[in-house]
Amino acid sequence: MSSKGYSADFINRQSFIELDARDRAKALFDEGTSRELVGPFDRVESPWLPMQGVTPQADDGCVVMKGKIAGQAAVVVALEGAFQGGSMGEVSGEKMTAALDLACADNEKGIPTSAVILLETGGVRLQEANLGLAAIAELMASILVLRKHAPVICLTAGTVGCFGGMSLAAGLASYIVMTREARLGMKGPEVIEQENGVEEFDSSDRALIWAIHGGDQRYAMGLADALVDDDTAQVADTIRHFTSKGIPAVHRSSQVELYRGRLATLDTSQQWDPKEFRALWGTNGLREGKR
Amino acid sequence: MEQIELTYPASRNVNKKAHVGVVGSGDLEVLLEPAEGEVARVFIRTSVDGFRDTWKAVLDRFFSKYDGAVRIEINDAGATPGVVHLRLEQAVEVSER
Amino acid sequence: MSEYAGIRGAVWFRALTGQRSPMPGDPKSVLTADAPLGSDHPRFLCVVADSHARFPCARHGEVGLEEGYTLAARVREVVEHDKNTIKRPIVAVVDVKSQAYGRREETAAIFLAAAAAADAYGSARLAGHPVITLVVGHALSGAFLTHGYQANRILAFDDDGVMIHAMHKEAAARVTRRSVDELEKFAKEIAPMSYDIRDYAKLGLLYKLLHVENPEKPSPQEIRTVQGELVAAIADARTGPVDLRNRLESTAAREMRKASILVRTKLEAQWLEK
Repeated sequence: MSSKGYSADFINRQSFIELDARDRAKALFDEGTSRELVGPFDRVESPWLPMQGVTPQADDGCVVMKGKIAGQAAVVVALEGAFQGGSMGEVSGEKMTAALDLACADNEKGIPTSAVILLETGGVRLQEANLGLAAIAELMASILVLRKHAPVICLTAGTVGCFGGMSLAAGLASYIVMTREARLGMKGPEVIEQENGVEEFDSSDRALIWAIHGGDQRYAMGLADALVDDDTAQVADTIRHFTSKGIPAVHRSSQVELYRGRLATLDTSQQWDPKEFRALWGTNGLREGKR
Repeated sequence: MEQIELTYPASRNVNKKAHVGVVGSGDLEVLLEPAEGEVARVFIRTSVDGFRDTWKAVLDRFFSKYDGAVRIEINDAGATPGVVHLRLEQAVEVSER
Repeated sequence: MSEYAGIRGAVWFRALTGQRSPMPGDPKSVLTADAPLGSDHPRFLCVVADSHARFPCARHGEVGLEEGYTLAARVREVVEHDKNTIKRPIVAVVDVKSQAYGRREETAAIFLAAAAAADAYGSARLAGHPVITLVVGHALSGAFLTHGYQANRILAFDDDGVMIHAMHKEAAARVTRRSVDELEKFAKEIAPMSYDIRDYAKLGLLYKLLHVENPEKPSPQEIRTVQGELVAAIADARTGPVDLRNRLESTAAREMRKASILVRTKLEAQWLEK
């Protein structure tokens, strides 16, 4: 009997994107091994939002969970994209940084502990401006230390994507995992259009947005390490793969000469077709011995 | 931001705390915890001012069927009464699992 | 707060190093020089405007693709060179308009160029190089994360032309759906939102606020004073840990970042609980 071509897997899959931050984090751990730290009932909220008439969230939009992934210690920190666009405030930022520091201390004590950061975020929370920005700088500093010991995996699934200052945090990660729906970039299309006009970036052109920032493109360019379906089981499996993989020989953000060389050959006199970068920078470039 | 406090009589103990929801646009989070005594207290923080009567009506309706001794905190970002009711019911369901 | 004029970076780079050029082969927007300072010979770096830059969206003092990778390369050069010897200080002179906002930039992954520079600065710091940032003008958002914010010690001029922030007022107002007036009102009461460098200093992130009479035309005396402050900052950095914990442990932070401290304390306590 025809089933319209849908496999049982597809029908049974659970969407990862539809889960909130808490459920996303939980889904990555080995069954029954996770517990949340500084959760909503600890009520460590933003001191700054109520001063501006904005309702705070009891966990400040950041979920920290500790447990085991593929039998090994791991900490997962997930930003809630639905709260203030997942933006980094004083508290949410410090939760992420302190969690990574504690993971680092465990590594130094001989307990291999990796970190997975779920980034659905527009960057700095403008209502906390300089404390949000400082939090990102401090997070980046902690990623640099932790990634020497254990993998720091960035997972961006959508719908918010990873933008602003937090795209630098993603850039420092040991591995980046994305879905096709996810996007990763420093500046979003609206702000580019505002700053430099619609010719520079038509923010209503959804095809263009995903052609540049989308998970498929980033993966094909070699800027993401895995492209996953919106399928919780597949996402969890992929995360297990990277926590078990160990740290890369050289982190992407340290490959300066490679990227400088690539930049030097680009013709900047006109706009590019993003697809060209798949051939230029993708694994094809590897085979030509350009790494 | 408006803060609203409401109190209702309660006649039964509740065992488990519960947390549901997100303070997203049109949504709210509910923190429900067991409390001492025969009273249920509700603390609402909402970024949409001027709907005190609506909140009271929704909570009155909810507590007409619910008698747990609880402390409920609501952080709201403009949810409709329907969504508020749904989140409250979800919280109760989690607390009674 | 004054508009970005793009003068101060070059002025102070020249004042502190006696030089004014990029290194051979580098884009003109990144000035790099090794120059004596006290008993050290730090590498100084500065991003300036280059109206003939290859990338059209990076011609007015923005930190773009080329700037990110050039900074990264020049900082890594120091770390590589000093691998088995004394770790020279690295001084970032900062007056930057913003990151570069462009389609080319996003296509060619400016986020990675920025991360590469931050990686270089942060890794240098972790390797034991004192990394000092001197904010002489504007230090905005992603541009500051790229060039300057990974430093052990940050100094800034106490002056209306100096601004450290996440987003310019008009854009910030638009994004948060407030009027500029409302934003300014909040900024007066909420220190992290303020555009005033004196309020930024209250957050505990700055090592020192320096008073300079004329930041655009400093006198020889003023230059010597600033050099002295940099020497002191380098010495101070050398006595402390290579991480950024000093930012949260400062006196001002204990006052203004109580929530951060509470988070860290609670997280540590709960980490070990069963």
